[in-house]
Amino acid sequence: MQAELIDEARRQIEICNACRYCEGFCSVFPSIHADRAFSDGDITHLANLCHNCRGCYYACQYTAPHQFDLNLPAALAEVRQKSWSDYAWPQPFARLFERNGVVVATCLALATALLFWIAQALRPVSGEGFYAYLSHGVMVSIFAPAFLFPLIAMGVSIRRYWADTVGRPVTFAALKQATKDIAAMKNLSGGHGEGCNFEDEDRYSHARRFAHQLTLWGFLLCFASTSSGTVLHYGFGLEAPYAFFSLPKLLGVPGGLMLCAGTAWLARLKLQADPELGAKAAWGGEMAFVALLFAVSATGLLLYSATGSALVSWLLPLHLGTVLALFLLIPYSKMAHGFYRTAALIGDSVRRC
Amino acid sequence: MSPRNTSPDILVIGGGNAALCAAITARETGASVLILEAAPKPYRGGNSRHTRNFRCMHEGPLGVLTGRYSEDEFFDDLIKVTKGKTDETLARMTIGRSEENYAWMASHGVHFQPSLSGTLSLSRTNAFFLGGGKALVNAYYRRAAALGIEVAYEAKVTHVETDGKRVSSVDAEIGEQRVTYTPRAVVVASGGFQANLDWLADAWGPAARNFLIRGTPYNRGVVLKDLLDQDIQSVGDPTQCHAVAIDGRAPKFDGGIVTRLDCVPFSIVVNKNGDRFYDEGEDVWPKRYAIWGRLVAAQPDQVGYAIIDAKSIDKFMPSVFPPVQADTIEGLSQQLGLAGDSLRKTVDAFNAACRPGEFHPTELDGLATEGLTPPKTNWARPITEAPFYGYELRPGVTFTYLGLRVDQTAQVQGPEKPVENLWAAGEIMAGSILGQGYLAGFGMTIGTVFGRIAGQEASAYAS
Repeated sequence: MQAELIDEARRQIEICNACRYCEGFCSVFPSIHADRAFSDGDITHLANLCHNCRGCYYACQYTAPHQFDLNLPAALAEVRQKSWSDYAWPQPFARLFERNGVVVATCLALATALLFWIAQALRPVSGEGFYAYLSHGVMVSIFAPAFLFPLIAMGVSIRRYWADTVGRPVTFAALKQATKDIAAMKNLSGGHGEGCNFEDEDRYSHARRFAHQLTLWGFLLCFASTSSGTVLHYGFGLEAPYAFFSLPKLLGVPGGLMLCAGTAWLARLKLQADPELGAKAAWGGEMAFVALLFAVSATGLLLYSATGSALVSWLLPLHLGTVLALFLLIPYSKMAHGFYRTAALIGDSVRRC
Repeated sequence: MSPRNTSPDILVIGGGNAALCAAITARETGASVLILEAAPKPYRGGNSRHTRNFRCMHEGPLGVLTGRYSEDEFFDDLIKVTKGKTDETLARMTIGRSEENYAWMASHGVHFQPSLSGTLSLSRTNAFFLGGGKALVNAYYRRAAALGIEVAYEAKVTHVETDGKRVSSVDAEIGEQRVTYTPRAVVVASGGFQANLDWLADAWGPAARNFLIRGTPYNRGVVLKDLLDQDIQSVGDPTQCHAVAIDGRAPKFDGGIVTRLDCVPFSIVVNKNGDRFYDEGEDVWPKRYAIWGRLVAAQPDQVGYAIIDAKSIDKFMPSVFPPVQADTIEGLSQQLGLAGDSLRKTVDAFNAACRPGEFHPTELDGLATEGLTPPKTNWARPITEAPFYGYELRPGVTFTYLGLRVDQTAQVQGPEKPVENLWAAGEIMAGSILGQGYLAGFGMTIGTVFGRIAGQEASAYAS
């Protein structure tokens, strides 16, 4: 971890701890106020607990041009970004965090789409629906490792992160609390329930909270859709394609629509927000990640609507390519935030017990 | 700077809590309103941006306020701090109206939060603003904009023309531009003069140049002085300011809350000659911090040094600057620049006068020195455990007492009778009620109550 980033965050946090006016905004401040001295692990924990709601920035009497020059959302965003890169596994891939996200995402999406295009050269002789274009065996042999590898990589990272920031066993109560906080995105509620400051300076709004939850719940529904398909396939011998009134479709179609709408909304908000209050260097990468999520859902919906037409032969590899890119980039993109934030919320409960 | 309406119904001078309450209230009753705020936008809000709560009476639990805080108890608290220097009619009216203001503030965008960690003693009497005073100020500016109130920043009023009976015009400099306004009514809510070091030095003596100013550098008292020069009636002691002991390394202006130091009761405080000068353990800190401003102001170079040891470093709220630290008293003395071995002698004398007993940091524990002058009457524990810590103390001025005399309708009093179209709110008239001392959060109560009255009265006059 770059010492300057941690030291700058510590300087600001110590000023916050002497002030305490922001106590009710989010979980970060009560956590600060419980301590007097802050280790590097404490700072990393606070950085990952921060949801960048910006309430504290606009309320702060010490922001520039004041000589104390406080910008806590940016200071914590910088530490947070660096911590993901430091904890990434395997380390050589961590550099992906530091390069232009747009390039990474686009290249990977195109490359994988191309890969599938080639895979179609091995087009099966028989098969229904998607499997008419790509056999189930080929899909599984590509996606099983592409799904498992990022999970293993994240597992290694979170383990190390936890050791440095909490270092105590998870409790059931902490898990419960964190699940509630995530489900309602409590830390973007502003503490008073009117939302956070993001797209229009000090105006409180739920826009970012709602856009985030549309994205999160949309993503989870899509994930549940895929999982239900897997269970139907292996557990019940029911193979795709599925009818509209089937579990995969009933979960996947609304999920896809939510994910599309949520990511488009997030991207718009991000364009309106002041980049000075975040990790500026990460802006492009974050936007690329939002775009990739949008592409996953949009191509998925297009693919479904094109069922039975010749377009499937184009849309299928494009959709699967974006999904593959998304999976592979999980540990090295903004997607990692979900894992670290969850760990930080659980960790915060554990630390306070 | 775009040309603005130079003849609004109401011209509000100032951009803090009282000014905004007046402007919003006037606008809501239909008047056109222009706010002239001397500060640039990032520093708007005067001293309100540094506040954190307002004191509020309530007959039962109210929002974040616990229990009951009656009008009489509130008034008694006021009498204790002011030693009776208050206008009872105005004070009781302010207290009585504080309760209804809780809901008014909330309905105008102010969010409250339970009393902050470390301030539990205020949970019954003071409603804390979520995010502090700047968040409150932001909310009011948002509301003002939504209502169509015009705001000019960096708009310095240089003169309010009055014949003692009526304000005829107001001159201001907005950036390079000089503008003369002819409003129907004027609300002046431009604060005290505590940022005007020349004036402070005239009133208090040259030592005042060494004082730190805890709040905005824009409260220079220009409008106050201009009106007093035109024989408008004043209230409050012109020589006095409210000063507390704060960290001596604080910025000259705008250091705000984080520069406070709560370590004095657990320390010995010496001057630059290494001598103690007052009982550090006389009472709990919330009841003593205000007198320490004056005590330090009376010392050579207006500076003091609080000395503690390792036993006490975690007994008080953390402050913004780390203490000076050394393994020996001699080392600490040298780092603080104290004369010779004077600190060593003072610490030795103090330690020898300490007696065994139970130490209770949160209450008067009676752990007192014996045979020491001045004594330390509570929390007197020998300073023996390294490392030793030192904090430099200086007087930090919060506000001044001199202001404009107003009546119950917030109307400013001319030489013979009320000025027909001039009202005042906030620090500029608070001296009527707070003649001495301070009661936490009462400045915001006065500002809100009188701001709303001033806005209402001015609007009624203008229509």
